[in-house]
Amino acid sequence: MSTLPADNLVKKLKAKDFATDQDVRWCPGCGDYSILKQVQSVLAELELNKDDTVFISGIGCSSRFPYYMETYGMHSIHGRAPAVVAGLKLANPELDVWMITGDGDGFSIGGNHMIHALRRNLDINMLLFNNEIYGLTKGQYSPTSEVGKKTKSSPLGSLDHPINPLALAMGADATFVARSMDRDPKHLKEMLKRSYFHKGTALLEIYQNCNIFNDGAFFIFTEKKNRPDTTIYLEHEQPLIFGGGTKGIRLDGFKPQIVDLNEGKYTVADLWIHDEQDQMKGQMLTRFFDDPRTNPAALPRPFGVIYSTERPTYDDMLFAQLDEAVNQFGDGDLDAMIAGGTTWEIK
Amino acid sequence: MSTIAQTTEEVTIKFAGDSGDGMQLTGTLFTNDTALTGSDLATFPDFPAEIRAPQGTLAGVSGFQLHFGSKKIFTPGDEVDVLVAMNAAALKANLGSIKRAGTIIASTDGFDKKNLRLAKYADGAKPTEDAKDQGFTVYEMPVTKLTRTCLKESPLGMKEKDRCKNMFVLGFLYWRYNRDLQSTIDYLNRKFKKKPDVLEANMKTLKAGYHYGETTETFTTTYNIEPAPMEKGTYRSVMGNQALVMGLVTASKKSKLPLFYGSYPITPASDILHGLASYKHFGIKTFQAEDEIAAVCATVGAAYGGNLAITGTSGPGVALKGEGIGLGLMLELPMVIVNVQRGGPSTGLPTKTEQSDLLQAFYGRNGDSPLPIIATKSPSDCFDAAYEACRMTLQHMTPVILLSDGYIANGAEPWKFPKAADIPAIEVNFVPPTDDDEAKFMPYERDEKHVRGWAIPGTKGLAHRVGGLEKEANTGNVSYDPANHEYMTKIRQAKVDEIANHIPEQAIDNGPTRGNVLVLGWGSTYGVIQSVVDALLMEGHSIAHAHLRYLNPFPRNLGKLLRSFDKVILPEINNGQLAKIIRDKYEIPVLQYNKIQGVPISKAELKHFVGSVCETY
Ligand code: SF4
Repeated sequence: MSTLPADNLVKKLKAKDFATDQDVRWCPGCGDYSILKQVQSVLAELELNKDDTVFISGIGCSSRFPYYMETYGMHSIHGRAPAVVAGLKLANPELDVWMITGDGDGFSIGGNHMIHALRRNLDINMLLFNNEIYGLTKGQYSPTSEVGKKTKSSPLGSLDHPINPLALAMGADATFVARSMDRDPKHLKEMLKRSYFHKGTALLEIYQNCNIFNDGAFFIFTEKKNRPDTTIYLEHEQPLIFGGGTKGIRLDGFKPQIVDLNEGKYTVADLWIHDEQDQMKGQMLTRFFDDPRTNPAALPRPFGVIYSTERPTYDDMLFAQLDEAVNQFGDGDLDAMIAGGTTWEIK
Repeated sequence: MSTIAQTTEEVTIKFAGDSGDGMQLTGTLFTNDTALTGSDLATFPDFPAEIRAPQGTLAGVSGFQLHFGSKKIFTPGDEVDVLVAMNAAALKANLGSIKRAGTIIASTDGFDKKNLRLAKYADGAKPTEDAKDQGFTVYEMPVTKLTRTCLKESPLGMKEKDRCKNMFVLGFLYWRYNRDLQSTIDYLNRKFKKKPDVLEANMKTLKAGYHYGETTETFTTTYNIEPAPMEKGTYRSVMGNQALVMGLVTASKKSKLPLFYGSYPITPASDILHGLASYKHFGIKTFQAEDEIAAVCATVGAAYGGNLAITGTSGPGVALKGEGIGLGLMLELPMVIVNVQRGGPSTGLPTKTEQSDLLQAFYGRNGDSPLPIIATKSPSDCFDAAYEACRMTLQHMTPVILLSDGYIANGAEPWKFPKAADIPAIEVNFVPPTDDDEAKFMPYERDEKHVRGWAIPGTKGLAHRVGGLEKEANTGNVSYDPANHEYMTKIRQAKVDEIANHIPEQAIDNGPTRGNVLVLGWGSTYGVIQSVVDALLMEGHSIAHAHLRYLNPFPRNLGKLLRSFDKVILPEINNGQLAKIIRDKYEIPVLQYNKIQGVPISKAELKHFVGSVCETY
């Protein structure tokens, strides 16, 4: 990475220094605005250098994001951002690479790349703007839309069972899996920072409201009044408490169970303690996925870092292999390569 | 007893057997040894698509054809002088391609009842006897039995012993062509260094085959081939994909850019991935992507990041990569797309050769999307073509398509290879960093060649955004302006057209610069056209050969050159793709000669066609 000059002549960048001169073209009221703002301020707070930062996106409303970031950026093609990112990071591993995707881009047309990117574990950050709808193409159901969703392409209701993106990520052996929302800027900023500091591929799912085609899809979780009962904010080594401190989750064998802390039967000491590094429990947390609107007994939706582990990154391993090859065979010699094994002379 | 040593000018041998019989290796070893004797040569491996097709069947026959001689050799030969048939199916599949009164060396153990049945011979058929009746000289050798006998003492299992039988055949041929065994002994020593039993068994069998020729009275003649009159210099034998790999590595070193190769395995391009993966000590990064689309998109990412970015595949892969290539075109980034063509459409004929992706290279993307196209013409030429594709992409900031094909990829020929120091450096100009925060960087500003700057992430002061949406001229901002789109479409075309001013004019490969007939070619038809035109020139016809390296844009003098001849003949291994483009572009009539059988055009058939046109004058 090009390091900052030692003298302090470099002015500190503010959030607005990361904004471009382009008009932001999302619909007024779109959840994307909040995400853009938090990302810009996190970059400023982390004192990141715009010359070494790259935003790469696919296609969709969310994928306009790079145009609004005063860094390097590429608005690539539908679903392929993970592949573009891989090539870029391997070309120059010193770069801070952020990938922007949506539920359609990342989990429908680009689903294959997503799976492989997660298991490959390059040192990159992925922000998944999940709005459970196709916004840019004007309102068809997406791979995360619920069964029965009525849209222009599903007038009698969608038949597709929705994807659970974070469960899929755990299945692909992702090394960092987290969830946040557009309507909780403080939490979102914290999660962005956690993603940034994770060495490896960090997948941060952000519940994002599309107020035009799917308004309120997540309000059951994201509205302040609903949050206490429908969500649980995870913290490492802390018990799973929600409901404003009145409720908790305990494990009954392998079965998560909601318990009332006021009843007197269970105390905080009985609760499941969150361990970010526990993959099994991480899997279970991604399965807290029932919709409280259709299932009153649904477990609360977890927000925060669900799982985080260290595994060698693909970029580190690739460059180590290049070094190892030089150690083993010496620096490549063109003449030796061209001549190969056996040659003969014509005189 | 005495043998007669006879000198002959050229020989074509075909090794044919089950795909498990090791015919490709046998052919390759014999080829390498032939090269060392100073013969000129050309090879043509021909194998089934299945890795292990059912044993003994016609579908499972794998062949390796080698044409060598003391004169210039252009093609692997139409018909063979000697067929080595390891089983009945191998004989049946190749009987039609043996020269009249040619020789068949048959491994009789491969002609038992079961093998005859598998090869679909009628009950009680005696194919080797029939061949004798047809005037062929047939040598019957119980190769399996002889191999087992000579390995009686070896601790190897029967299966492993039988695997040595190709060495027996090889040893015998070395005797027949007056060779020594050294090159193969060296090879075996290297290959089986860690397996002494296997090494010993192979050596023993090789020598047994040689001595079999010497001591068996049936064989009375050995053949000498004098060295061919080749240009002075140091040579090696090289296969197409191998040369292509080395061309790419050389371009990487000469441009001082790390090479990134994104690819997904596909026949017949996989050997490029394998080859590059073995050159990690040259800083070569190979990325086996999850699919063809990821391979090309990762290549776009690497190009954006400032590497020499290459992706390689075959036709079906190019079809999948279309949108990604279009992105590279829109971003005006340097990258090379290698297409080792095979028979199509769809999955087509994976192991067979064809030149049928030319129109795909020209037009296989959405929108007005011109790209430069370069074609290689022979195995050793892949080196130059790959280097040239890299030079072009880096200096003109556009993806470049490099066309090879299965025939070139797997064929081999002697190569008078260059010295690294004699290969020119490739100049690369990144946009330099700037401290001036106020001056807005214009990513789509162009130079006099219409080429935009390469501003890579990590460069101070150049932060900017690119993408697949239409760009505004200069600023690169998203623009839906109608006039701007027309301008950008035209400028992308002009940029590709401009390349014509930076490539050599088209030369005549052979023959006069004007006359009655011009045979125009591209790609792997080079050898056969050379040999046909050579022969017809010798017969006194007014004929010439021009072979295209640059297919888009064409060399600036091509129209004039074509009009200097009364007739233009265009042989292609497709249904007339270049012919269509030439007619469209130059509005001249073109006589097509097309063969679409998954195999190269033979000299005899092309000579017949071209000769009959010559005769009309
Ligand atoms: S369509 Fe929906 S997601 Fe897209 S910009 Fe408008 S509100 Fe946002």
